[in-house]
Amino acid sequence: MLRVEDLHVHYGGIHALKGINFEVPAQKIVTLIGANGAGKSTTLRTICGLVDKSQGSIYYEDKDINDFDTRQRTIGGLVMVPEGRRIFPNLTVYENLKLGAFKRNDTDGIKKDLKWVYELFPRLEERLQQKGGTLSGGEQQMLAVARALMSKPRLLLMDEPSLGLAPLLVQEIFEIIEEINSQGTTILLIEQNAYAALKVADYAYVLETGQIIIEGPGDELLQNDEVKKAYLGG
Amino acid sequence: MSKNKERLLSLIALVVLAFAINFAEKNLDNYTLRILNLGAIYTTLGVSLNLIFGFTGQFSLGHAGFMAIGAYTTSLFIMPPMYKEMSFIIEPLIWPLSVIQLPFVVALLLGGVLAAVAAIIIGLPVLRLRGDYLGIATLGFAEIIRVVSNNIPQVTNGALGLKGIPGYSNLWWTVGFAVLTIFVIKRLIASSYGRALMAIRENEIAAEAMGVNLTYHKVMSFTVSAFFAGIGGGLLASLLTTIDPRAFMFVMTFNVLIVVVIGGLGSITGTVMAAFLFNFFLEYLRPLEQGFNIGPLAFPEIPGLRMVTFSLLLLIVIIFKQDGLLGEIEFTWKGFFSFFDRFRSAEGGKM
Repeated sequence: MLRVEDLHVHYGGIHALKGINFEVPAQKIVTLIGANGAGKSTTLRTICGLVDKSQGSIYYEDKDINDFDTRQRTIGGLVMVPEGRRIFPNLTVYENLKLGAFKRNDTDGIKKDLKWVYELFPRLEERLQQKGGTLSGGEQQMLAVARALMSKPRLLLMDEPSLGLAPLLVQEIFEIIEEINSQGTTILLIEQNAYAALKVADYAYVLETGQIIIEGPGDELLQNDEVKKAYLGG
Repeated sequence: MSKNKERLLSLIALVVLAFAINFAEKNLDNYTLRILNLGAIYTTLGVSLNLIFGFTGQFSLGHAGFMAIGAYTTSLFIMPPMYKEMSFIIEPLIWPLSVIQLPFVVALLLGGVLAAVAAIIIGLPVLRLRGDYLGIATLGFAEIIRVVSNNIPQVTNGALGLKGIPGYSNLWWTVGFAVLTIFVIKRLIASSYGRALMAIRENEIAAEAMGVNLTYHKVMSFTVSAFFAGIGGGLLASLLTTIDPRAFMFVMTFNVLIVVVIGGLGSITGTVMAAFLFNFFLEYLRPLEQGFNIGPLAFPEIPGLRMVTFSLLLLIVIIFKQDGLLGEIEFTWKGFFSFFDRFRSAEGGKM
C-alpha cells in the first residue's frame, strides 16, 4: 500500500535519513522503532508531506505522491495522528471530531463513523461538550486517534501514540490500534516503546541514525538478541 | 428551546431595537447620538477584526488600511460633484470620479468590496507569515495605504483630506450594519468554515492534516474581515463628514484592537459590549484631561491621559483576564432565560 524507496532527507547540513527502504502492505500493522533522533518522526513527516525529501520516492497505492501536498494526501486517505496529540484545545470534543470529517460530505457515513468512534472510546462520548484541552493526557491521545479515524483513513500514520501515557493506558491504546486494524485500516506505527509496538506489529523495521539496520516480523524481532539488548532492556 | 422559537425571539428583539433607534433618533441630543453611532461603528469594526484575529488567530494590524479604502471610496462616491470641484484645490479630481454620485448604500458596499479586493491581493502573499511577522506586514500595508492616500491628490485630495462629506450616517445605518456584521460573522463561525478557522487558530499543522486548506481559509477570513472594515470606514467618514490620511494612522487600528481584546478574543457579545463601553468611557473620561484634584494633590492638565487610562486597562486585562470581559461566553436565548430562571429560583428560596 505504501512503498518508500531510497529516501533521503536533509535538515540544513544534517543528513537525517540516509536512504531508507520499506514497505507497508495493505491491512497490516507495520512499525518503525528506534531511539531518539534515529529519524522515525522525520520518516513519518516526509510521508505526510510536512518535510521535503532530498532524494528517493514514496509510492502510495502504487502512485508516486511527490506532487501532492499534505492536504491532498489526507484527502487520499493517508492520515496522520501527529506526535504530542495536537488536538484543538479550545474546541469541544465534538467539534474536534467533526473537524476530522472536514473533507467528507457523506452525512450518513459520518454519523456511522461517529458511532463507531464512540464504541471504541466510550469516554469521549461522555465528554462530547467538554473542551479538548480539559481532557487528561490519555483522553487527548484517544481524541487524536478518534479524530484521525473520522477522516476515514485507508493508511493511518501514528507518531508515538504511547508518549507520556501511564502503562495501563498504553496497553489500552495498543488494544485499540489492533481493533482499528482488524476493521481494515492499514497502520504505520512509530514507537519508542519497542516492546509494545513489536507485540502488535506484523512487520517491523529498526531505524538507527537514519538507516534501517534490522527488519523482520514483529514476534521475530522480539526474540532478536541485538534488538533485545538495544531496545528491550536485555 | 426550538430553533423556531429562538428565531422568533431574535425577530422580536430586532423590532424592539428598531423602536429604540426610532426613539433615540427623535429624542436624544446630537452629542449622545454621536457616541451611540461611534459605538455601533466600532461594533462593526471590532467584530470584523475578531473574525481574523480572535477566531482565525491571525494577528492582523491592517484594519485602519481597509477602513481608509472604505472611507475614501464611500466619500468619493457620495459627495456631490459640485463639492468635489470646490474641495479639490491642489489638483482636480480625475474623471470619472469627479462626476459620479451614487446612493449611500451602494457607495458603502463598493467601499467594502474594494477593501475586500485589497485583502485578497495582500492576503495571498502575507498570510503565509505567522504571529508577529504577520502583524508587522499588515501594519506595513496600512501605512502604505495611508502614505499613498497622502500622495495622490488627484484622487484623495492629499493631506487636505475630504471635507463636506454628506452626513448620511445615523443610527439606522450604523446599527443596521452592525447587526448585519454580527449576523454574517456569527453564521460563518457556526458553519463548518468557522470550525476550520478555529482549527487553524488552535493548530495549523493539525488543521492541515485534517484536510483544511490553510491559505484558502485564511484569505477568506481576512477578506470578509476587510469587507466589513471597509464598510465601517465608510460609515465613519459619513458620520464625521471629514476624513484625511491622518485619521487612519496606527492609533485607529489600536482602538479597534483595544475593543477586541477587552471584549474577548473570540467573543462577539463581548466585542459589542466593549465597543460601546469604549466610546462611552472615551467621552466620560474627558474630565481626566482637564486637570483634577485628589485631596491635596492637584493634577495639571494632561492631554492624552484618556488613552493612557485605556492602555493601563488593556495591560490589566492582558495580565489578569486574558479572555476579556466575557471570555468565550456568547449571548444565547437559552442562556438569557436560564439566567432569569436562576434569579427567580433564588427569589423563591428567599420566600
